[in-house]
Amino acid sequence: MPLRLLNRLFWSVVTLLGTATLIFLLTSVVPGDVARIIAGPKATPEVLQQVRQRYHLDQPVPVRLIHYYGQLARGDLGHSFVTDQPVAQAILTRLPCTAALCATAVVMWMLVAIPAGVLTAKYRGSWFDRAILVLATIGLSLPAFWLARMLQYSMGYKLGWFPVAGFRSFGHLLLPAATLAVLYAGYYARLIHTSMAEVLDTAYVRAARAKGQSETAVLFRHAFRNALIPVVTILGMDIAALLGGVLFTESVFALPGIGTLAVQSVFNLDVPVIMGTVMFSATMIVAANLLVDVLYRRIDPRIKAAH
Amino acid sequence: MLKPLFRALFANRLFLAGGGIVVLFALLALAAPALSHAHILREPFKQDQKALDTEGMPLGPERGYWLGTDNLGRDVLARVVHGARVSLTVGTAAMVMATVIGVAVGVLAGFYGGKLDLGLMRFTEMMMTIPPILLAIALASLMDGKIIHLHPASVHWHFLDVELRRGMVSLFLVIGFVCWPGMVRVIRAQVLALKEREYVQAARVLGASNLRLIFRHIMPNLLPIVIVTAAMSTANTILLEAGLGYLGIGVPPPAPSWGAMISDGQAYFTLSPHMVIVPGVAICLTVLAFNLLGQGLQDVLDVQQKR
Repeated sequence: MPLRLLNRLFWSVVTLLGTATLIFLLTSVVPGDVARIIAGPKATPEVLQQVRQRYHLDQPVPVRLIHYYGQLARGDLGHSFVTDQPVAQAILTRLPCTAALCATAVVMWMLVAIPAGVLTAKYRGSWFDRAILVLATIGLSLPAFWLARMLQYSMGYKLGWFPVAGFRSFGHLLLPAATLAVLYAGYYARLIHTSMAEVLDTAYVRAARAKGQSETAVLFRHAFRNALIPVVTILGMDIAALLGGVLFTESVFALPGIGTLAVQSVFNLDVPVIMGTVMFSATMIVAANLLVDVLYRRIDPRIKAAH
Repeated sequence: MLKPLFRALFANRLFLAGGGIVVLFALLALAAPALSHAHILREPFKQDQKALDTEGMPLGPERGYWLGTDNLGRDVLARVVHGARVSLTVGTAAMVMATVIGVAVGVLAGFYGGKLDLGLMRFTEMMMTIPPILLAIALASLMDGKIIHLHPASVHWHFLDVELRRGMVSLFLVIGFVCWPGMVRVIRAQVLALKEREYVQAARVLGASNLRLIFRHIMPNLLPIVIVTAAMSTANTILLEAGLGYLGIGVPPPAPSWGAMISDGQAYFTLSPHMVIVPGVAICLTVLAFNLLGQGLQDVLDVQQKR
């Protein structure tokens, strides 16, 4: 078991190194003279030279790449070209906002998806099942930026029920979280549906019914617990992806989160921040992968037995 | 032999609904220049003083402008219909590219296994750790710069009468390149299963070469799953195209792109919400249609789709 874990850990690090290399190569050939972006259009050649030296831009790409690996190993993501703030700090100060948004959104969509998924699995093929399928497909088809604007306009501006933009209180998170919840609820209802449907066909559920357990107990105590395992895996991955930046929703509602940081950095060609946010989100996803894999074995003894 | 298949397809409501919308939109997109020429539709680029109100603001849906006008006095209906050309062309081209790469990688990894499998799957995983939108933005800025000239100034597709301008080619290359990793796992899993089937084993024993095994015995049986994945990934490529257009890195103006139309309309949202609503509905309908089409095909072709 520890050997397997070490193996997984090794490959996670390799994946992250690969991502770092890819994103470094992509950004190091970005159009435009990076030194000129930092120093401004009116900079003299001497100033440009100084800037190049300070950011090691005068060195060949392989040397800079190795330098970058060293930086990453120390947990240093460099400094922003625009604000000169350490990138790691910029990300960490924005993490709470994004995390709070994600947590609110996850609670919202699971509150809808769990009952919908369980009930559609119980009443498979009913009109309710079909309606949820269609709603879920519609949810998957909405562009996030458009949905965010529409909710902002209708609920925030026209009806005035929620704050329109910014982040000063929990209430400011409700509309953005609702946007995410609309996008994800149907998808999760379907996931829970599929997983529940599989479990409901198993022998132990039949046994539970046969011994006269109430339907609620069968559904929730016996079936749902096992049905949740694969759903939690995907939930873990999705949360990781969301923490890496909810680009559109955050920008539309002007939330000071990681997504807004990423979008701003792209438009400013703020290379260290672009690389930093990508590396942060990649780390989140790889870590979630690892965590889910480990937890999975703990929760479900069947997997260990299979190996 | 195909008759029962078609009968099943035409009995499937999801397939009919999705396919119907796709065909309708594709026909509209193809006919758009002819419609404009015949004055059934207005010109998408023509800026008309009379199409603005006395204060120079966009008109709502009235006076012969069925879906209103935009801030430059252009007919929104005409722009949405012509925008379908951009969206569908880029979406389909990107889908084809993603499918070709995804199938190639999946088949190679699944069929040959071993070190090749390990390497390809690690690379796929690495690509999946980078948020697609960020990767697309990075690539798009890279390809539109002066570093890589992957595309000529413009490409004429005479049979479609679609002019792929500079930007449109790089756009579908970018989106295609970002979308393929999602397909690999499904294809690879299917290849792994097919490889062990008796008829493939039998062909191998009879001395069939690897290439023959892949093209004669495995590929034809991959077709259903490829068709389903392709339909569903078109939904993704179209969403991504809209997202990039919204961020201002899509097809360059004044070309009518749905995402760009939404971002143009945002500033006028409180007074002329139709500028945002109309293109948004167009995106939703198109993406929904491809998702329904995929769902229907999945039901009929009986493909188990794994995430």
